Amino acid sequence: MSDTPKRTPLYSLHVELGGKLVDFAGWEMPVQYPLGIMGEHKQCREKAAVFDVSHMGQVILRGENVGEKLEALCPQAYATLKEGKARYGFFTNAEGGIMDDLIVSNAGDHYFVVVNAALRHQDIPHMKANLDGVEVTEIFDRALVAVQGPAAENVVGELCPAARDLKFMETTLADINGVECRISRLGYTGEDGYEISIPEDKAIEITKSFLAHEDCEAAGLGARDSLRLEAGLCLYGNDIDQSTSPIEASLGWAIQKRRKEEGGFPGAERVQKELAEGPARKLVGIKPEGRAPARQGVEIQCSNGNTIGQITSGGFGPTVGGPVAMGYVSAGHGEPGEVVNLIIRGKPQPAEIVALPFVTQNYKR
Amino acid sequence: MATYYSEEHEWLSVDGDTATLGITKHAAEQLGDVVFVEQQDAGEEFEKDGEIGVIESVKAASELYAPVDGEIIEVNETLADNPGALNEDPEGEAWIYKIKITDAAQLEDLMDEAGYKAFIG
Repeated sequence: MSDTPKRTPLYSLHVELGGKLVDFAGWEMPVQYPLGIMGEHKQCREKAAVFDVSHMGQVILRGENVGEKLEALCPQAYATLKEGKARYGFFTNAEGGIMDDLIVSNAGDHYFVVVNAALRHQDIPHMKANLDGVEVTEIFDRALVAVQGPAAENVVGELCPAARDLKFMETTLADINGVECRISRLGYTGEDGYEISIPEDKAIEITKSFLAHEDCEAAGLGARDSLRLEAGLCLYGNDIDQSTSPIEASLGWAIQKRRKEEGGFPGAERVQKELAEGPARKLVGIKPEGRAPARQGVEIQCSNGNTIGQITSGGFGPTVGGPVAMGYVSAGHGEPGEVVNLIIRGKPQPAEIVALPFVTQNYKR
Repeated sequence: MATYYSEEHEWLSVDGDTATLGITKHAAEQLGDVVFVEQQDAGEEFEKDGEIGVIESVKAASELYAPVDGEIIEVNETLADNPGALNEDPEGEAWIYKIKITDAAQLEDLMDEAGYKAFIG
């Protein structure tokens, strides 16, 4: 990898909009615009916000029985994923840890996969090496733009009526301003919305036409992080990694019944054992009392002073109006209502285990 | 009254051997939306470069370092309920401490307004 951060097709728009650019996973990305993280977060919860997520890896898989072959790498039921549907999933390693999380869509004549920016270099070779007879093509000439929030349907739908007909986790090809785009109704904010794959030379023009809507503003990675945290969505590298199993990460819902029963994916033994006996630790929501944010790495103690875990994501939740966090606690702990102490700068601060998410998810089912 | 500035982006408005201390507008802009301020209590003594509080924005936690030796004589308690004031009026209403300066000679190490403007570029 080169040391110079890469730029997405929307780079000049970020500069034009006054975005504060930072190096994120080797990409020069806006952490915020002049509206600020708090304002951008609220904009997304109340109206609509546009995020550049072009740093994520977009991959096309072509071949026979791609869905079935993906089942050898992922615990999801991709063999039965219907055309026009998208499904959240993850690659697992032989020990049942999570290598990366991803979205797989059945696009009819191919499968469309989106992976994390920082793990493109792991995931592409992983698929090439393990998906026999499948052509794995990483796309470099398309931007990926997320339009999220309760007004997203209007922002996108006014330019592309077909977008209104999609339900949560559905995908289609449709024209926006005469340009064919892949539009998927999903996201990473807990709100209704879309992720749209756009040819790079039209990305700024189309993004600007979203921004021309009175209910739509640009938002950066800062707001994206606080939005996903309030929505209880895992961030790879913080909340999930090679050592955490899907069951520990409370992602059992993302493994379909047949796969839980039959196994046949890397690390299935651990996943099935943890399903039967319970995991040694699990990811829970944590609501600190008071105003001090509890950030990644903060130690969690139970009432008798023993360490029971660690915060993996934490910060201020603008919609909640106070600090919010997620973290792992050991078996025997983690029931909603349990009172714990968070050791912030050496001092114990009381907090309560709560059910995730912190805000109600607002998907168009 | 003279106002001094530190390389840690604090201002110190000095009146005799006491001073009001806060963070600069530039610091507040860099921090972004402030959500929590951890302050020490009145009566606490501190040394130059010692940690005298923490300011947390949505993004990150930043320590507040003492620009001179001294003692806290008053704490702006309105910041506990309204940390966002640090974004609105950091060089006015949202002062952080009133302090007693115990070594006035240390003020000579700080910058004046013109020096600070040049420092932040």
